[in-house]
Amino acid sequence: MSGMSLKWMRIRGLIHKEFLQIIRDPSSISIAFILPVILLLIFGYGVNLDAKHIKIGIVQQQPSAESQDFVSHFHQNDYFTPQTFENLAQGKQAMQTGKIKALLILQSNFAADFHQPGTAPVQLLVNGVDSNTANLINGYVQGTWQTWLIAYGAERGIRVLQPVETVNRIWFNAQVNSRYFLVPGLIAIIMTLIGALLTSLVVAREWERGTMEALLVTPISIQELLLSKVIPYFILGMGGMLLSLVMALFLFDVPLRGSLWLLFLSSALFLWVALSMGILISTVGKTQFVAGQIAIIVTFLPAFLLSGFIFDIGSTPLFIQAVTHIVPARYFVALLQTEFLAGDILWVLVPNLLALFVMGIILTLIVLKKSHKRLD
Amino acid sequence: MTVMTSSSPLIIKGVSKQFTLPGRVIDALSDVSFDIRPGQVTGLIGADAAGKTTLMRLIAGLLTLDKGSINVLGMEVAEAPLGIQSVIGYMPQQFGLYQDLTVLENLRLYADLQGLAQAQRPERFEKLLAMSGLAPFGNRLAGNLSGGMKQKLGLACTLLKSPDLLLLDEPTVGVDPVSRRELWQIVYQAVEEQGMSVLLSTAYLDEAERCHDIKLLHEGRLLAQGPPQHFTRPLNNRTFLVSSRAPGGKRQLKNQMAAQPWVQDALILGDDIRILTREALQTPNEFLHHNTVAGQSKLHDLKIEAVEARFEDAFVDLLNQQTESAPQSDPPTLDTPEIIASEFDDRPAIEVDQLVCRFGDFVAVDHLSFKVQRGEIFGLLGANGAGKTTTFRMLCGLLPATEGHLQVAGLNLRHARAQARAKLGYMSQKFSLYGVMSVAQNLAFYSKVYGLKGKKRQQRMEWAIETFELQHLLKQPSRDLPLGFKQRLAMACALMHEPDILFLDEPTSGVDPMGRRDFWNKINALAEAGVTIMVTTHFMEEAEYCDRMAIMANGRIMALGTPAEIKQEAGHSVMEEAFIRIIEADKAAETKP
Amino acid sequence: MAWLSWARIWALTIKEFRVLLQDKRARFVVIGPPIIQLFVFGYAATFDLKQAPVAIFNQDQGIISQEIIGHLAGSDTFEIVAQLHHQREVAPLIDNKKALIILNFPSDFSSRLQETGTTQLQVIVDGRNSNTALLAQNDIMQVIKTFNEQWAQAHQLNQAPVSLVQRNWFNENLKSNWFFVPGIVALIVLVVSLLVTALSVAREREEGTFDQLLVTPAVPLEILIGKSLPGLMIGLLESNIIILIAVFWFDVPFRGEYFLLQFALIFFLLSAIGVGLMISALSTTQQQALLGAFMFMVPAVILSGFATPIDNMPDVIQWLTYVDPLRYFLVVVRGVFLQDLSLETLWPQIWPMMLIALFTLSSAAWLFRHRNA
Repeated sequence: MSGMSLKWMRIRGLIHKEFLQIIRDPSSISIAFILPVILLLIFGYGVNLDAKHIKIGIVQQQPSAESQDFVSHFHQNDYFTPQTFENLAQGKQAMQTGKIKALLILQSNFAADFHQPGTAPVQLLVNGVDSNTANLINGYVQGTWQTWLIAYGAERGIRVLQPVETVNRIWFNAQVNSRYFLVPGLIAIIMTLIGALLTSLVVAREWERGTMEALLVTPISIQELLLSKVIPYFILGMGGMLLSLVMALFLFDVPLRGSLWLLFLSSALFLWVALSMGILISTVGKTQFVAGQIAIIVTFLPAFLLSGFIFDIGSTPLFIQAVTHIVPARYFVALLQTEFLAGDILWVLVPNLLALFVMGIILTLIVLKKSHKRLD
Repeated sequence: MTVMTSSSPLIIKGVSKQFTLPGRVIDALSDVSFDIRPGQVTGLIGADAAGKTTLMRLIAGLLTLDKGSINVLGMEVAEAPLGIQSVIGYMPQQFGLYQDLTVLENLRLYADLQGLAQAQRPERFEKLLAMSGLAPFGNRLAGNLSGGMKQKLGLACTLLKSPDLLLLDEPTVGVDPVSRRELWQIVYQAVEEQGMSVLLSTAYLDEAERCHDIKLLHEGRLLAQGPPQHFTRPLNNRTFLVSSRAPGGKRQLKNQMAAQPWVQDALILGDDIRILTREALQTPNEFLHHNTVAGQSKLHDLKIEAVEARFEDAFVDLLNQQTESAPQSDPPTLDTPEIIASEFDDRPAIEVDQLVCRFGDFVAVDHLSFKVQRGEIFGLLGANGAGKTTTFRMLCGLLPATEGHLQVAGLNLRHARAQARAKLGYMSQKFSLYGVMSVAQNLAFYSKVYGLKGKKRQQRMEWAIETFELQHLLKQPSRDLPLGFKQRLAMACALMHEPDILFLDEPTSGVDPMGRRDFWNKINALAEAGVTIMVTTHFMEEAEYCDRMAIMANGRIMALGTPAEIKQEAGHSVMEEAFIRIIEADKAAETKP
Repeated sequence: MAWLSWARIWALTIKEFRVLLQDKRARFVVIGPPIIQLFVFGYAATFDLKQAPVAIFNQDQGIISQEIIGHLAGSDTFEIVAQLHHQREVAPLIDNKKALIILNFPSDFSSRLQETGTTQLQVIVDGRNSNTALLAQNDIMQVIKTFNEQWAQAHQLNQAPVSLVQRNWFNENLKSNWFFVPGIVALIVLVVSLLVTALSVAREREEGTFDQLLVTPAVPLEILIGKSLPGLMIGLLESNIIILIAVFWFDVPFRGEYFLLQFALIFFLLSAIGVGLMISALSTTQQQALLGAFMFMVPAVILSGFATPIDNMPDVIQWLTYVDPLRYFLVVVRGVFLQDLSLETLWPQIWPMMLIALFTLSSAAWLFRHRNA
């Protein structure tokens, strides 16, 4: 037999083994299949930054036609679930205990003072603990107030003029649906789980169970050994990506505006980086315990927090921004969000793909340098 | 590659290897040189930390050499590790079988890795499976095989491509005698049929006698080498079997013999005592002469018989010479713990009646009945997977019995109040103390958990430290201890509270012969003091130390009685042979209907 | 409880501490993740826009647009990154993520305002991150609103007759730091106590020491207490350190009762420890325990209201959150930090944690002896 076919026989044998193990080991199955589905479902359905049905309390100190009309605007609105309180004390109590997120107070002079410019018969109290939601509530109430004012004025022939009116257009995601940006970003998380966490665990397991020692004395070369680890988890990772893609497109109706092959190319590049990290981690920490810990801290948490997946990188302090440059998921999340929502925009794709490529090369070189067929 | 019959397949020259641990440097091997002869089984023998595993790994190219050179089949390890790895077979101590792959899948994987051609596979697989007796289990997951079967499968995997040099690192640790014998048969078959050269390390000294050639390592140095006879020849007329005409008291007799200045080593062998003298004695008469000199009138009614020396005797002799040259304090004797006379005095310490344990469909323990008297050493023997550990776990209250009745010190520990557990000590198969805690911290912890307080606790701690010679190790994390000391510490912890009954589950597995001897001296002293001891073991010589024993197979008791009775029943005077006969008779009975 | 031996419990507790703190790896679990999380979350977790890149496409001939641009330039929220001159430059700027927002002032922007009293400004926002987009849009609206008010006043215009006055309670300037940092106290306590306990029993099983422990006279309840106390103490210590860092480093106000927080913290810790021990008692290996803890932790954090409000979740998922102890403690910790809530108000958050703790701890104790692998 030629050297080449022997090489392939060895690699094929190991890959076959790896797949059998994945199928038979519950922990591999849970990381590779169950966790991604749970994450997709939680993020697809559970996590929602767009406040709707906000519990808002309304106190009309002296109900009048005007105040009733105004309040009815809140009832017609999808953003709010209004609740009426008899008096201010009750309303404030409900605010304190968290039953409502905001309290709208129409003072007793609401109707009377209505035509007096510059008065403030309407007060809005917002629970600011959750600052993000508070911001949104402020915006929504403001908007409702404006709409009502204009409608109310128009009925009475008063033109309420806004010196500057804004015409807002949100590109790529006109309904500002947070699912649209969370679900694509999740692909980065899932591929990190499979590529780095699972891979580092399975390689560490071979060290722990002594199977690595037995492998090392077979005539396999270290490159073949690495390749036979990379190939199965690469396939698994791409499978996870495909699963996420299908769920994103058909379950969560996320649009895919870019081309599929570019999406696969970026995923493949990222997975290469993640796998190299996983293998590197397992050569540093040769037990599953240590490898798992390192993988979660070095790959999973940064992919979650420092990638722009949820939190905008641009808004973080400069030193955090600097740190994000060594987080591969940062580049991949940018690629994903652009590919899904914006399209094939080369100016975004090329630098990010290049960054991943460079990281992949560097990590691969380190892996090759660090791995050898010795125990010391 | 063809085997060069004329030259040695393995030449080791001036090999040294150091390991650096935080705070200290360990000389694992210093200036070891030897070569082995082709087509032979060479045994690498040595106590714990002698450097056996390090040497194996160096030969396999898994470690880098500090000094010296290793030449394997004409290739230098430092230069061509990959070339060497394609012509050798290496089975590490814990062979890397994939637990969630079946027997056949494991074989196929290693066939791929070693580049065994597809065309040769069916024949080769069939042959190896038949040799290892694994043919009926081809589709069983390796994780579900018994310890002995796993080792056989591991060996089969390394033999797939008939390596020119086979390295086996303690292949028989924790393996029962039947499987051990089968493993040896496989090795010998390979040697005879293919002219394979084998380097094998082992802690079983009886196996040393099966080797053609022996390399004795001690603390990283080559102490002696040569064929086994070469070792035992100088011991002619130094080994005797002593039996007392007066019944019972074999442990006392052993202590008396061991106390004689001219006796180097005394061991219990069934009802008799086997001794190794310091100098050759020409006749039993001279032996008696020595006795009179010693002035021990009691010893006069002894029957003395010269016996053939075993490798073990040589090993003890050589190692004692080594250690005696270094100044050493006398090993302290075990103070006899005071056993509080309890109300169960006249009742058996352990009583088991029709005990059954099932896991789903699998019957692990099948209607077991036996009794153990107070102060008795009771051995539980059996093949791997015979149900010994399950029985132990039920007796200790760790596992509920499916059916049947069991009493330990008059109680069922599964339901008894916690305090009842203070009556028993338990030492499990593998080292199970807190590895990160130091020796002193482990001792302190167990003494407190067993409810010892104040001065009593202090006393027991001191007792444990002194008896088990742990003084200079108190601050060491227990996981860094040598195996022999780990096992001493475990025993110290199990004895801290002076239990009435001691359960020892393969306590000496992997412990070197010197450590085992030391251990059994302590067990004997405990039994003398009235502690009931129940022990499982794979060492047949240890079975001889028991007062009574049971041989288990498939969850049932096959034979029950004193070692002498069992040997007689099986019709063979060597315990190992007797054991194998009993187990095989059972197998035959099973296949018949 | 005469049958409990406190000496034995104490010995078990000391042992647990030793195993945790004498081992480099285990010590790392206790110290590493909290520090990393505290600083990463403290700085990276923010929903406030800072220096959002804005591009201006100003076709206006007049000076009013300049006034608005001046407002933007003076704010810390925005950073003007480009001035555009052609419509065709707009799309690539957003596409390439060079700008988050583009303000398009039409050529008649100033003249229309002066002639008709009202004019239009086009705002284009990159919606790839929808939350950032909403925030950017809101922030722009705020700038415009301020401008409108000033303009109306200066020109004595017939402005909107009445205005809406907003006030934000508890977090007056709506700093997201104030929202996240107290949450981190809860998060880290959960992660640490869960990991410490989840690995403890599994490690003992793997190393065989658990059997050794079960054959001693120690009863499950003693083992349970011995295993819980270290987690409780480490959790209390770490959370107090984090509280100090939150107050003195991140400048989050602490307005409520310190002891009320500690009281609730104990029950939160107990429920987390209970979950950890339950996972541990169910697992046979440390790897399983680690995975189990991970599988619990990820949904528990995401669905707790830590970053996104529970109110926004669909009903089915909201029901799920009732078994998540973090959900309750987040309300407590934020309530005490920012709102000075009373025990009475927080009681509905505290008793569910007690219940979870009771259930998980007793299941763990039962599993100690009844799960045999």
